[in-house]
Amino acid sequence: MSVSMDIDPDDVFRDDDDPENELFQERDASKEQLVYLVDASPKMFSTTCPSEDEKKDVTHFEIAVRCIAQSLKTQIINRSYDEVAICFFNTREKKNLQDLNGVYVFNVPEREDLDRPTARLIKDFDYIEESFSKQIGSKYGILSGTRDNSLYNALWVAQALLRKGSAKTADKRIMLFTNEDDPFGNIKGVTKMDMMRTTLQRAKDAQDLHISIDLLPLSRPDNEFNMSTFYADLLGLEGNDLAQFKTLVGERFEDMKDQLRKRMFRKRKVKRINFIIASGVTIELNTYALVRPTSPGTVTWLDSVTNLPLKTERSLLCSDTGALLKESPKLFQTYKNENIMFSADEISEIKRVSNGHLRLLGFKPLSCLKDYHNLRPSSFVFPSDEEVIGSTCIFIALHRSMLRLKRFAVAFYGSYTHAQLVALVAQDEILSASGQVEPPGMHMIYLPYSDDIRPVEELHTDANSKAPRATEDQIKSASSLVKRIDLKNFSVCQFANPALQRHYAVLQALALDEEEMPEIKDETLPDEEGLARPGIVKALDEFKLSVYGENYEEETESIGKPSEASKKRKAIADNATKQYASYDWPDLADNGKLKDLTVVELKNYLTVNNLTVTGKKEALISRILTHMGK
Amino acid sequence: MARNKESLVLVLDVGPSMHAVLPEIEKVCSMLVQKKLIYNKFDEVGVIVFGTADTKNDLTVEVGGYENVMVLRDIKVVDGNLVEALQQIPRGTVHGDFFDAIVVGMDMLVKKYGPTNKGKKRLCLITNAVSPIKDPYEGTKEDQVNTIAAQMMKDGMKMDCIIFREKQDCNVMKEIVEENDFLLSIFSSKSSSKKVYVESATSLLGALRTRNISPVTIYRGDFELSSKMKIKVWVYKKTSEEKFPTLKKYSDKAPPTDKFATHEVKVDYEYKSIDDSNRVVPPEQRIKGYRYGPQVVPISSAELEAVKFKPEKGVKLLGFTDSSNIMRHYYMKDVNIFIAEPGNTKAILAVSALARALKEMNKVAIVRCVWRQGQANVVVGVLTPNVSERDIIPDSFYFNVLPFAEDVREFQFPSFSNLPSSMQPNQQQQEAADKLVQMLDLAPTGTEEALQPNLTPNPVLERYYRCLELKSKDHDAAVPPLDETLKKITEPDSEILTQSRAVINEFRRSFELKEHPKLKKSSRRFLREKPSGSDEEGEGIGIVGQPMDAIEYTSEVKLEKIGDSNPVQDFEALISRRDGSQWVIKAIQNMKNKIFDLIENSFEGDAYQKAMECLVALRKSCILEQAYFLSCLLREPKEFNDFLCHLNKYCHEKNLKSFSELIASHEVMLISKTEAPESDVPENEARSFLVKKEAKAEQGS
Repeated sequence: MSVSMDIDPDDVFRDDDDPENELFQERDASKEQLVYLVDASPKMFSTTCPSEDEKKDVTHFEIAVRCIAQSLKTQIINRSYDEVAICFFNTREKKNLQDLNGVYVFNVPEREDLDRPTARLIKDFDYIEESFSKQIGSKYGILSGTRDNSLYNALWVAQALLRKGSAKTADKRIMLFTNEDDPFGNIKGVTKMDMMRTTLQRAKDAQDLHISIDLLPLSRPDNEFNMSTFYADLLGLEGNDLAQFKTLVGERFEDMKDQLRKRMFRKRKVKRINFIIASGVTIELNTYALVRPTSPGTVTWLDSVTNLPLKTERSLLCSDTGALLKESPKLFQTYKNENIMFSADEISEIKRVSNGHLRLLGFKPLSCLKDYHNLRPSSFVFPSDEEVIGSTCIFIALHRSMLRLKRFAVAFYGSYTHAQLVALVAQDEILSASGQVEPPGMHMIYLPYSDDIRPVEELHTDANSKAPRATEDQIKSASSLVKRIDLKNFSVCQFANPALQRHYAVLQALALDEEEMPEIKDETLPDEEGLARPGIVKALDEFKLSVYGENYEEETESIGKPSEASKKRKAIADNATKQYASYDWPDLADNGKLKDLTVVELKNYLTVNNLTVTGKKEALISRILTHMGK
Repeated sequence: MARNKESLVLVLDVGPSMHAVLPEIEKVCSMLVQKKLIYNKFDEVGVIVFGTADTKNDLTVEVGGYENVMVLRDIKVVDGNLVEALQQIPRGTVHGDFFDAIVVGMDMLVKKYGPTNKGKKRLCLITNAVSPIKDPYEGTKEDQVNTIAAQMMKDGMKMDCIIFREKQDCNVMKEIVEENDFLLSIFSSKSSSKKVYVESATSLLGALRTRNISPVTIYRGDFELSSKMKIKVWVYKKTSEEKFPTLKKYSDKAPPTDKFATHEVKVDYEYKSIDDSNRVVPPEQRIKGYRYGPQVVPISSAELEAVKFKPEKGVKLLGFTDSSNIMRHYYMKDVNIFIAEPGNTKAILAVSALARALKEMNKVAIVRCVWRQGQANVVVGVLTPNVSERDIIPDSFYFNVLPFAEDVREFQFPSFSNLPSSMQPNQQQQEAADKLVQMLDLAPTGTEEALQPNLTPNPVLERYYRCLELKSKDHDAAVPPLDETLKKITEPDSEILTQSRAVINEFRRSFELKEHPKLKKSSRRFLREKPSGSDEEGEGIGIVGQPMDAIEYTSEVKLEKIGDSNPVQDFEALISRRDGSQWVIKAIQNMKNKIFDLIENSFEGDAYQKAMECLVALRKSCILEQAYFLSCLLREPKEFNDFLCHLNKYCHEKNLKSFSELIASHEVMLISKTEAPESDVPENEARSFLVKKEAKAEQGS
């Protein structure tokens, strides 16, 4: 394994304030095994729904495969140990171990049918829309003349795929995409009853084997997916649960895609904690990490000759004698010219200021939680009655009170490694057409201590004069600007991280030996086109005029006295430019005469060409030669 | 380093009304000096106390007056003696004049530095300001304060005033208090002074900044509203966590005679080939690989450099949106602050106009930032207005980082309204909850908001520095318990608890909590944990004799050793004792002995089964309890592994192979790294231990 210093050596993604990073990393105690079961019947290709992105309508089949493609890409980054299989049913061709009709297991070389996703799988699946009709083909597989039952077969194949590994170590799931609410619609009489019965039995068997079946029904507003025709029985939904099971009423492709994506993630708890509300009232909570920065993953060092991973060995050496230290040494701090020793025991005793639980201290109005009261990403807490029955009831009562009274709770989270004051902010459930947008629960926000907050505002104050304040007119022109450039439906997670996307695109290209590096669109750039609209330009100009007056250009250029250092830098640069012209650099380089120049003279070249000027003379010369391409 | 050295004069009120909080003042001042000793050891500090019967200062000699002001220490470089002196501040007997003391402090600074060292000279006044200051010889008190404030400005001095007022103080001497507050407010409006009122000892500890970090901008440049309209801004960190100090590893290898030994430890990494663990792969033959699914894709630094994302430095506006679109829990990191370029009036106005417009309209700005050229990622964040309440402070924006699509996990949770009715609070329960939320109020109107982040010290760091000082005097000093003032941060305030006793009792009565019957053991163990550094759990209301519910810690006769009849149970009870790590060690040692006893004294294997149960229990605990063990810094997996090897050897020697077989048949193997991160044994090795045993067993038969 690599060691911490190797993780992200460029510091690009480093969360530099997070020694307790492992605290946030989800403990993947169990992995997930998931079979995507996609209906490929002609109806999936003929039913469409309107899309905003593209001019033309999108078929249900396209929605399903695009969602799967997207979730594969996320999965390989975030949860690459999970295993997936992709399986189509109602197909013309068949490909499965059981050799059943109408079922096609999609796979790529060097991969088991149910396995971790690979670069090749992701790439090939990206082209499925084009290759499908040729390679796999669509054909409805429940026909009256034959005894064929493609849905039954599909469930069988999926169940067989999930036989791999034990149910204890993995969550097993089948995710079924279909827009046919009545799969046995064209069958009659006893045959129909028979087929339905065996199919339902098959589904029940799977569930008995701890395989959960999740349905993603695709429907259209004019033709809603009717759960009670068949699928309620298959999933074992009754009464309330059935009412609960929301079909996709989304009219737009985006809504459907959104909901599908959300359903694909199964939640995992980070930790179980006790919340002491008062003496004698302790409830059970689970914490979840809903937002955490995603990093490109750890670096594994390889032997460049064999491409095999290397083993890292850490050894502790005595700086004074060079001797190898065997056991883990004591720690010390130099204080008052003395080395004060601490055992690791003592350090953890010092850090243990509380008992590991979350302890309620009181409540405050939400206005007391300032925008700068933040240090790290928050955690989400949700009650559990698993060990302490009654926890949820208390939690809900507090949750409702806090929402109604607009208060948050202050609590002390006495984690042994990183004890901290936290704010618990109640979050009401938010629903949209595409399902749950924000789950109900509380967010645990880690609060800073006084020494973590810096009084920056006071830094540049001048007690002799008041700070300039905008006039009413200036505020008004700013307001109209704000109104103009309004991001109406802004959602925090609408941008993909361009650096991460580029990184993974590069890895995928390298993994597949592709020649060309893919282009990644940087979605985070401002909408130049939008900003150039006359209304906005006008609002900007008015704001500019109201604050800066007519002389914006001069004002912005002349103000801000250059610091001493920058003056000096400028002087050096000017001088270098002057000197630079007096040498024939290519000639000096060709005749090996660079070494006859002084370091100061060499630096003229480097300065003018914006190269690093540090290093020994040899380094400078080689840098110049590299720059000249020699 | 010395260039940035600060000169600080502590001006401490030690009059009779201050005696109650002097212990806290001693703590916070000595911690301040301690941190200076470690991080800013060239800083200079002087100490003045006032309210003493004695008088000792230059001014009283030179011009007369200035009685009851004592210079405890002249301004000089911090040292260990100062820490000690600050831990024994003299208790005064008279009411001191804080104004006299300030003047003495200024005089000290002026005499020592003259006009030099501008901006690095600081006075820190800690007082309750409840005694009147003397009338001046000429003019009014107000004039006098004005003159002094102007002088402070001229000499480039700053002052922090920490005014400690418990609630009742204000009523006692209302007029004097009002006058003093007015005079002190002149300082903060006419000079670079800041005043903070604190009402509790805990806030007092947090009110004084004990570590000076010179602020550094992370960005200076344009905030582009569009390509045509830019505002010059500077960006600083607003919050940044002060970490637990990184201690160095100690090496005792240097000979004791070596006076110049550093005793430091160097950490060395070697990269070795997997198939040949003796072959060290040189750096130039190493290449980085990144995981992509099951593959590790090699990519050289040069290649990576060539293809990686390289955005241009700059801060660009993406647009504005309703503040309700950005929920609080999406803030990802510590917080930055955007201020307009200092001295640039137009930029200050532009920021001010935008900030005020956003505040009025309840909007925020979304921006895309690349702080430095060469930075390989972009940051998308939200600017929220920070409209200043003080005249001399310009408006600014707070900046919080927002997540990218990849960073958000869209887990689904059940709606509360869909949960079974047994989980829904009834009306009476809801009312009890409402009352609790209202009554346990940390920010009641008219008093100081308790536990304000700005005034709350970090209890862990406080404890560390106190421990450090103790250890510097006595190397074997134990870690001190968390003191009462700091416990106000980790535990509920007993005063609030007493006030809301009725409400809390009602809340407790309204809800029923039951332990899940099947999971009794594990949860009880969990709930029985006791805090370290604090005494018994049941403070405040706990003792009122409430009906203890199932999960409350029920006291029992504490077990001290493992008996014969129920060794496994005894062991589990012993190991879950949390009143000291010695019990863990004791439990394990006891259990090991018990196992040996059982095997040794077994007649034809009749006690093997029991020994086996003990062994399984021992193994289980060593894995299950590792979190706790780790916190006591015990390495239990290793302990168990060593024991198992030892036991195996023992059985072999004594010809007790049937017990070895029993071990194998129960699949009791070494604790592997997968089970317990602390273990050194890889999974396959742990298994092979078992296989070896089986092989041996077969050979034997």
